[in-house]
Amino acid sequence: MSQKTPIVTLTGVQKYYGDYHALRGITANIGQGEFFSLLGPSGCGKTTLLRSIAGFEDISSGQLLLDGRDMEGVPPNKRPTNMVFQSYAIFPHMNVAENVGFGLRRSNMSSEEKRRAVGEALEMVGLGKYGARAAHALSGGQRQRVALARALIMKPKVLLLDEPLSALDKKMREVMQVELIRLQREVGITFILVTHDQEEALVMSDRIAVMFEGEIAQLDDPETLYRRPKSRRVAEFIGMMNFLPAQVLPTGPGGGRVALDVAGLGHAELEAAQCPNGATIGAAEIGVRPESLTILYEGQSAEGGREAEGTVREVVYYGDMTYYDVLLDGAPSPVRVSMRNMPGRKVLDFGARARLAWDPRSMVMFC
Amino acid sequence: MKLNLLAVFAGVYLVVLYAPIVLLPLFAFNSGSVIAFPLRGFTTEWFGLLLDTPALHAATLNSLIIAISTAIFSTILGLFAARAATRYGFPGKGGIVGFIMLPLVLPEVIVAISLLIVLMQLGLNSGTWSIIAGHTLICTPFAIAILQGSFANMDRSLEEAAVDLGETPWSTFRLITLPLVAPGIVASLLICFIISLDEFIIAFFLSGNSPTLPVYLWSLLRFPAQLPMVMALGTILVLLSVLLLVLAETFRRRGLRRAGLKDTGGFL
Repeated sequence: MSQKTPIVTLTGVQKYYGDYHALRGITANIGQGEFFSLLGPSGCGKTTLLRSIAGFEDISSGQLLLDGRDMEGVPPNKRPTNMVFQSYAIFPHMNVAENVGFGLRRSNMSSEEKRRAVGEALEMVGLGKYGARAAHALSGGQRQRVALARALIMKPKVLLLDEPLSALDKKMREVMQVELIRLQREVGITFILVTHDQEEALVMSDRIAVMFEGEIAQLDDPETLYRRPKSRRVAEFIGMMNFLPAQVLPTGPGGGRVALDVAGLGHAELEAAQCPNGATIGAAEIGVRPESLTILYEGQSAEGGREAEGTVREVVYYGDMTYYDVLLDGAPSPVRVSMRNMPGRKVLDFGARARLAWDPRSMVMFC
Repeated sequence: MKLNLLAVFAGVYLVVLYAPIVLLPLFAFNSGSVIAFPLRGFTTEWFGLLLDTPALHAATLNSLIIAISTAIFSTILGLFAARAATRYGFPGKGGIVGFIMLPLVLPEVIVAISLLIVLMQLGLNSGTWSIIAGHTLICTPFAIAILQGSFANMDRSLEEAAVDLGETPWSTFRLITLPLVAPGIVASLLICFIISLDEFIIAFFLSGNSPTLPVYLWSLLRFPAQLPMVMALGTILVLLSVLLLVLAETFRRRGLRRAGLKDTGGFL
């Protein structure tokens, strides 16, 4: 994705609110037609960055290019961006069609062309028959669609979405996630989404920038972000991750590989790529996802004899999945293991002994 | 038992509060020229007399000019102040807003005397325009209080969305802000109008040779024979005030409905 021509170029963007340093040097390229997400906890600066791109905030230093044009001093109404607000900001004194057509007021289209454009935009978001509906008579999901149509009718170079799904209930959110992906493919416009929901970001994005305290901690595609988080903080924020203390052994196998002794699991060898911040001999920590650990049932054995034993400390039954917290012998704290429930696979009881299979290829190590 | 006591208390309270006002129309339609019971008979003579008093007409016209001007000036000033107070943060904001709202609690006598002294020091004649200034001073806080509610109820991102869709700050104000706070503006105009129309102290100090309606009414009290006419005029004024207040409240509620919000008590 990153080799596509950049439509948004951020170079060393800084933002101060008085003494508060909201953005601390953001540098990133966002490609033409990319679905890009800014993900982070509240207060990490993701919304400030989005509003800076829209022009609602002036950046204190650094450079912002939109489609190759420097945006310094360009007000929001002159930028090739449009925004879907968190509250949707549907104009309450206008009906749906008037809301959607609002941005065309200044275009030199004939009123017939405008009407057709509004109709097409409403059709695109699945609200074809709702044009005459009053704004306050809309449900949350419909308001969301009106806000999308109103922004997309402007044919912006970049569509900015500020937590667009946070006001919807879980079911509606899932529907709109799929809808947004479909829309983005259809119109081919660059989408920049702000969200604090890591699952939402993983589902929808081509690339994700994880932000903490005004900085991008990691910028990668969802799979890399999930499989190879570059720091413990990112690993904790994206999905569930188990951490176990480990010792980096002085007698490495060579070839860039690292030998470790992991508490509760035993001897492991990792590739250099699994150690994002290098490896020094001594104390370290490994991270392993719940789905990378497998409970072994009677008669099963692990490949290469990589087995560990422990006691089940918690059983959480989810219907399709069961989550176990297993305290491995020799480990300081339990690890979470997720198992798909299948016919003939018994759900283990609290306090039962369990054998786990593990795989060093699914681990990451932080020094 | 406790409940009954409360009901009695509420009843007495309401009687004490409204009995004097009920007396107003009672004597306005009484054919006797002395304000005392027993009532004599029904007449509309006193209302007719109102129409034949040129001095009253002059006072009414004067009051209307003052009240309408005051309503317009206070509402415009209130509009700016309320928007600034709800949309922007600036150093010393709390102090500045408090300072603007101060006339709300300032004794009117003090305001009136100060204004008179200033005018005399400047060697200016008091008159209609000085009353307008004084009334604008005391009405602006009311306008701000009403309009602040309207602005606070308005989602800030509505204005941002309009700018985002290509409008300038001015056209955004015209197309989005103004229609959404319009009910608040109407309410503010009406309330400022009533306050100015009823106001006595400032008008009394500054009116000079052209009295306003309340000042003229007061001057009539020296002539007992005129009292029934005062009653008739009072009746009209009370009805007008109630009517305008109901109108103002209706507009405020309509504004809330239009913005799709729940009523949270409001100004009145």
